[in-house]
Amino acid sequence: MYRLLVITHLTLHESLRKRVLLAALIGGAAFLVLYAVGFHFVARDLNRSPHTTLLERRVALTMFTLAGLFAANTLGVMAAVLLPVDALSGEIASGAIQTLAAKPIRRSEIVLGKWLAHALVVMGYVSLLIGGVLLAARLFAHYSPPHLQQGLPLMLMESVLLVSVSIAGGARLSTVTNGMVAFGLYGLAFIGNWVEQIGAFADNVAARNVGTIASLIMPAEVLWQRAAWSMQPTIMRQLQATPFSPASVASEAMVVWAAAYAAMALLLAVRGFGRRGL
Amino acid sequence: MSDAVVEATGLRKRYGGTLAVADLSLSVRRGEVFGFLGPNGAGKTTSLKMLLGLVRPSGGRGKVLGAALGQRRARERLGFLPEHFRFQDWLTGRELLHFHGRLFGIARRELESRTEQLLARLDLLDAAGRRLGTYSKGMLQRVGLAQALINRPELVFLDEPTSGLDPLGRLLVRDVVKDLREAGTAVFINSHLLGEVEATCDRVAFIKKGRTVHEMALATASDDVSVEVSLGRADRETLSALATLGQGANALQRLHGDGGSRDADEARRSEAIEPAVAGCRERFRLRVAGEEAFPAVARLLVERGVALYEMRLARKSLEALFLEVMGEDQRPG
Repeated sequence: MYRLLVITHLTLHESLRKRVLLAALIGGAAFLVLYAVGFHFVARDLNRSPHTTLLERRVALTMFTLAGLFAANTLGVMAAVLLPVDALSGEIASGAIQTLAAKPIRRSEIVLGKWLAHALVVMGYVSLLIGGVLLAARLFAHYSPPHLQQGLPLMLMESVLLVSVSIAGGARLSTVTNGMVAFGLYGLAFIGNWVEQIGAFADNVAARNVGTIASLIMPAEVLWQRAAWSMQPTIMRQLQATPFSPASVASEAMVVWAAAYAAMALLLAVRGFGRRGL
Repeated sequence: MSDAVVEATGLRKRYGGTLAVADLSLSVRRGEVFGFLGPNGAGKTTSLKMLLGLVRPSGGRGKVLGAALGQRRARERLGFLPEHFRFQDWLTGRELLHFHGRLFGIARRELESRTEQLLARLDLLDAAGRRLGTYSKGMLQRVGLAQALINRPELVFLDEPTSGLDPLGRLLVRDVVKDLREAGTAVFINSHLLGEVEATCDRVAFIKKGRTVHEMALATASDDVSVEVSLGRADRETLSALATLGQGANALQRLHGDGGSRDADEARRSEAIEPAVAGCRERFRLRVAGEEAFPAVARLLVERGVALYEMRLARKSLEALFLEVMGEDQRPG
């Protein structure tokens, strides 16, 4: 355990020095500034308009807040894939891993140490973005989405899931291939989720099934979908009044599957790295 | 307790259809400096990786420090400097050593003391606070060597330890290896620089096409010892008597100006070994059984009144031996 934490400590330092994290932070900051400015004007117009009903105001604020959270989630997805994408494959390719693996450390400790560090960094990054979005909503419209305690853990879970997938790929694949596979899987989940929504809306069982299979193959997008669903008022869920009110919402079983998927990805990373020649 | 710190019997590694190592069989003793030699692609690095547990063998048996290959309890007591030492270039030299020391679980105070000691020994104290990204290639090689020694290992694997070093750096590494031997640490050196191996190693093994083909001690390679003499006037009887002190057929050879030689029988047939003309010097090489023959040769030449201008003990160079063991088919091109 001590050696695992030594690896985590080093990886945390390394992550904080990476340009990709700096780029993500700059991108995130730019997004938050734009979002806050936009929110300010939307809230001002809503407050000034005498014809806006309370329900309309609520729908508009919920939708704008969820749109901000969606953008934060998307930035988090990119960070979760890109930050750890070369954590193992990069060191294997450069040979740096040889010096490390020849030390009295289990290979599983190397994998888990790196995973823990990247999961912490990505969760911190996503939390900052979410915090920025919620702060803007609070400051300019005195609005907070409901059931944050249900939605936010799901968003963080999606980040951890993708970190696990990226780390697992890096244990066996080259950096570029790993990035392609991770984003490819996420793309599959994203499209699959839309196919499922369209299938549910059009009452097309085959399309729904295709979407469900895609979500089983990569259960990342369904976590965001369920998070967004849980962070809006019940009436809006029922009316499907925003693009974030899905016609078909992921079940709790799918959330359990996503957790199991992340654990399996991590297990595969440990096994894959443990068996490969360095 | 076994005297061997590395034991390998028939170790084999196959990558798909390619047999990288066919039969690695060798033994390294406690406290000795062992050279591992072979041409490019012979399987040296794969062999080293198998011994370190970085690569799983496809067959055969091996032990390092009494433990099966790859065991953590062995890795606690060994050090390793890879050929291409890579590092986190944002760390300082001191931080790098602290990081590697922590992986061994060395207590903080001891680690700080050991770090300073190694930085001083490898002439890196002035640069210890600088980021590794600013180091020269030679400095990186030295800090890599320092990390290999941070745990006071019983066995150190050094893969091309002097590549990229200037002559002063090479001397420094040679001294460190000497210190390790004196401290009873076994050193396993994989190097292409045969001069370095010759200067530092007690024993060597040659690997060719994935097989260890020859293993020998360097200091006691008696079959490769000869006495070279530069003589004035020497008659045929003296030369015949001299030849009787040698070992094997055609023990006495006349050395020519171009560095070539002819054996005594051939020379005698062509009447090449004639008494030297007054004022002329000729050089001969006598292959002998060991260093003990040296005074006997000197005594014979003095008793026979031959003018002796130069006399030295010569051993076959490791380079010559390497080419002999590897054969012509291993020459590049």
